[in-house]
Amino acid sequence: MIAAHPEDFQHWRSLARGFIAHGISPEEVMWGSPEEELLFSQAESPPAKQVNFSVPRDFVTLATRASLHRDPSRWSLLYRLLWRLVTESRSLLRQSTDPDVLRLKEMDGEVRRDCHKMKAFVRFRKTPDDRFVAWHEPSHLVVKAVAPFFARRFNTMDWAILTPDTCAYWNRSELLFGPGLTRAHAPVADELEELWKTYYANIFNPARVKVSAMVSEMPKKYWHTMPETAIIAQLLEDAPRREREMIEAARSEKATPHHITQQILKQDGDLEQLRQAAKNCQGCELCHTATQTVFGSGPKRARIVLVGEQPGDQEDLRGEPFVGPAGQLLRRCLKRVGVSPDSVYFTNVVKHFRWEPSPRGGKARLHKRATWRQIDICEPWVRAEIELIKPEVVILLGATALQSLVGRELQIGQHRGIPLSCDLAPRVVATVHPSSLLRMRDNRQQQLEIGRFCQDLSFALEMSHSPLHSSCSGHER
Amino acid sequence: MTLSQKLAILADAAKYDASCASSGSKVKRKGDGIGSTEGTGICHSYTPDGRCISLLKILLTNYCIYNCKYCINRISSDVKRARFSPEEVVSLTLEFYRRNYIEGLFLSSGIVRNSDYTMEQMVRVAKKLRLEHGFRGYIHLKTIPGAHDDLVTEAGLYADRLSVNIELPTEGDLVQLAPEKKRPVLEQNMSSIKDRIVENRYERKTSKKKPNVYCPAGQSTQMIVGATPTPDRDVLATASSLYREHSLRRVYYSAYSPIQDTHALLPAKAPPLVREHRLYQADWLLRFYGFDHNELTDEKNPSLRLDLDPKTAWAVKNRDFFPVDINRASREALLRVPGFGTRTVAKILGQRTRGAIRWSDLRKMRCDIHRARPFVICADKHPGRLLEGSVLESYLLPQGEQLTLPL
Repeated sequence: MIAAHPEDFQHWRSLARGFIAHGISPEEVMWGSPEEELLFSQAESPPAKQVNFSVPRDFVTLATRASLHRDPSRWSLLYRLLWRLVTESRSLLRQSTDPDVLRLKEMDGEVRRDCHKMKAFVRFRKTPDDRFVAWHEPSHLVVKAVAPFFARRFNTMDWAILTPDTCAYWNRSELLFGPGLTRAHAPVADELEELWKTYYANIFNPARVKVSAMVSEMPKKYWHTMPETAIIAQLLEDAPRREREMIEAARSEKATPHHITQQILKQDGDLEQLRQAAKNCQGCELCHTATQTVFGSGPKRARIVLVGEQPGDQEDLRGEPFVGPAGQLLRRCLKRVGVSPDSVYFTNVVKHFRWEPSPRGGKARLHKRATWRQIDICEPWVRAEIELIKPEVVILLGATALQSLVGRELQIGQHRGIPLSCDLAPRVVATVHPSSLLRMRDNRQQQLEIGRFCQDLSFALEMSHSPLHSSCSGHER
Repeated sequence: MTLSQKLAILADAAKYDASCASSGSKVKRKGDGIGSTEGTGICHSYTPDGRCISLLKILLTNYCIYNCKYCINRISSDVKRARFSPEEVVSLTLEFYRRNYIEGLFLSSGIVRNSDYTMEQMVRVAKKLRLEHGFRGYIHLKTIPGAHDDLVTEAGLYADRLSVNIELPTEGDLVQLAPEKKRPVLEQNMSSIKDRIVENRYERKTSKKKPNVYCPAGQSTQMIVGATPTPDRDVLATASSLYREHSLRRVYYSAYSPIQDTHALLPAKAPPLVREHRLYQADWLLRFYGFDHNELTDEKNPSLRLDLDPKTAWAVKNRDFFPVDINRASREALLRVPGFGTRTVAKILGQRTRGAIRWSDLRKMRCDIHRARPFVICADKHPGRLLEGSVLESYLLPQGEQLTLPL
């Protein structure tokens, strides 16, 4: 019986070559680790005789990696395989059901995985003198194999990876190895870790907890050297509650204008039903500060629907749209282009008045633009109104109406007074809101703008008289 | 607002994006800073949802002028808003990278002002990392829908991967839930990126002074499933047309997950994780197993079965195809056997030159022999009655507990 104690793969290789040359069978060699050599101290130096033989390149690759495995029987397995490759069959490795080949591939897989996990899970901590030091505990003896990867990646940093077996050091030009150390040699903290944990906690989606998937990819044995794992327990504890909250928050909004209007439309309801339902709308918080819902008003078979932004102070008090100063201006303009205001249906995108108290004190309530969320919640009302009335022309007054009903990216300046493609009605045209005309200081400018406004109105109305539209609807039938 | 608060908001806002891959880019970039991309991606950590952290996945800002109903960052949602400066993103990326927390950056953004402005800001971040800091790590940029083609293609000069999110499987879904996004515009962006990639590859092969590599990890996209009633059949048809037309590297499927402040149009329920999982399995079958998207579902059953994986479900429907004799069948036929992966098939092909494969050999190849059992003949085993009618279904679904994914 011969005892052999290789230190690394190269050493094993030269020993094994000698044994093969002398025709020493696997049963005759006892492979151990260098430590055992000290205990038994009966090492035999390898025989010097060399014989040429070759093995497939695959074997060298696999054996190099498998030799990094911690399994103490790895050397004898490798020698047995080498022996069989030389004496039995060169294509032994392709026999995927052979137990020795299976074990070799298994060890190779485990080492490769450990190499990969080392690349992934090493966590550097920055020291006051700008060095980066990591403490890592690999499952196998992979430090020397993986260190070149870190040297390539972090070539401009001074870094060290400390492990119980071997330590690797990089000084921006040279990779050095030293004996294993203990965790006490590594820095205990890095202030950036708080930010990292913040990121870890927030990128996690509590609605999709799948702990087994996490643990199989990030086994617990690696956790104690990774700062983010400290908060996993807390995240898991909070997850069911956070998911419930997300779902409940979504459910509690089910009595929204969207659902109410959908139901009314589905049941062939009419405008009056819609008006009644809107009276009690609590889709958003505006119902708490406004006096009442201001629904649209006008003939239910109107050919023209005018959509504004939201009721103002007077509309809020009287419960009718467009009865304040802007509404009066609008009605005058309609008359000027030859339309009776009584034949038109007036309404708004938002049905409640949003206001804030005047900064100068007093009772005055100042108009405040509704938020996009409020607009989004309220908008189904006006869509349902239009759907029931089926007008020929919809005129959108101001950016809120244009953007909420046609397209968020559109602007009044560029899209006023032209036909817009949109399925609300055969003809959809946008123009400014009449209140913007009232805000103008310069009288001459104001008259000019009122003129333009009337032009937009009459452009929109042109179509409602043209024969094109009736032929269109005939075509539809 | 502190950097940490911004990070919390803008990471939270980014988590609905499924992609986190850092693979497929094997290039030596010029630059004297840190970083490397060596082809295989590395997952640096895993969160308790089982998903990996490979990249620092954040939004530049979650302010957005758009109103896509499924998105937590839509203008009408009441979430907290924040905005990083390009410098902050650059320094976070570098500091995280130095500590080996990440493989690089995955940057996306809500749309501020307009698409072009936002895209410009994102390109600026990538440019700064590459040119000022010589960063050679991985960068994935999500393009902004509607941004000018020139800006989108410029992004590929600095990014390893670009993605244009298709968002929803059909154009009708898009009109309903994301009215500002237009399918033709999105596909136009995809095809310009593809053209640039092809052109760059050719130039690098033929021209003497090699131009810098363009978008080496290709492009990907994402689809949200479960936000609309669109069935899997349409989802898979869209995916396979994207793979074909724009040579995408990956299509990601993201189960619609209820978000705070959900829009009324959307379902308020837990995300359809099993369905998402089945779609990924089906996607794999399309890409690596020679299946056609039409084979996996049919007009009558346009959805994938949840209780069986798509390959087994196909096998149950196409019993005539089986049993497959593993000692004789072609590679294509072997790939269709449930329980056999591409590696098992390679092992079988290697082994059978050495003699007939027996059941015990198959066991050693570490494939899912339980699943394969009814579908194969080997030297000493035949499925017998297992392949018949109701026997097969009850064999494949013994405890009826496969409906849920194991936690």
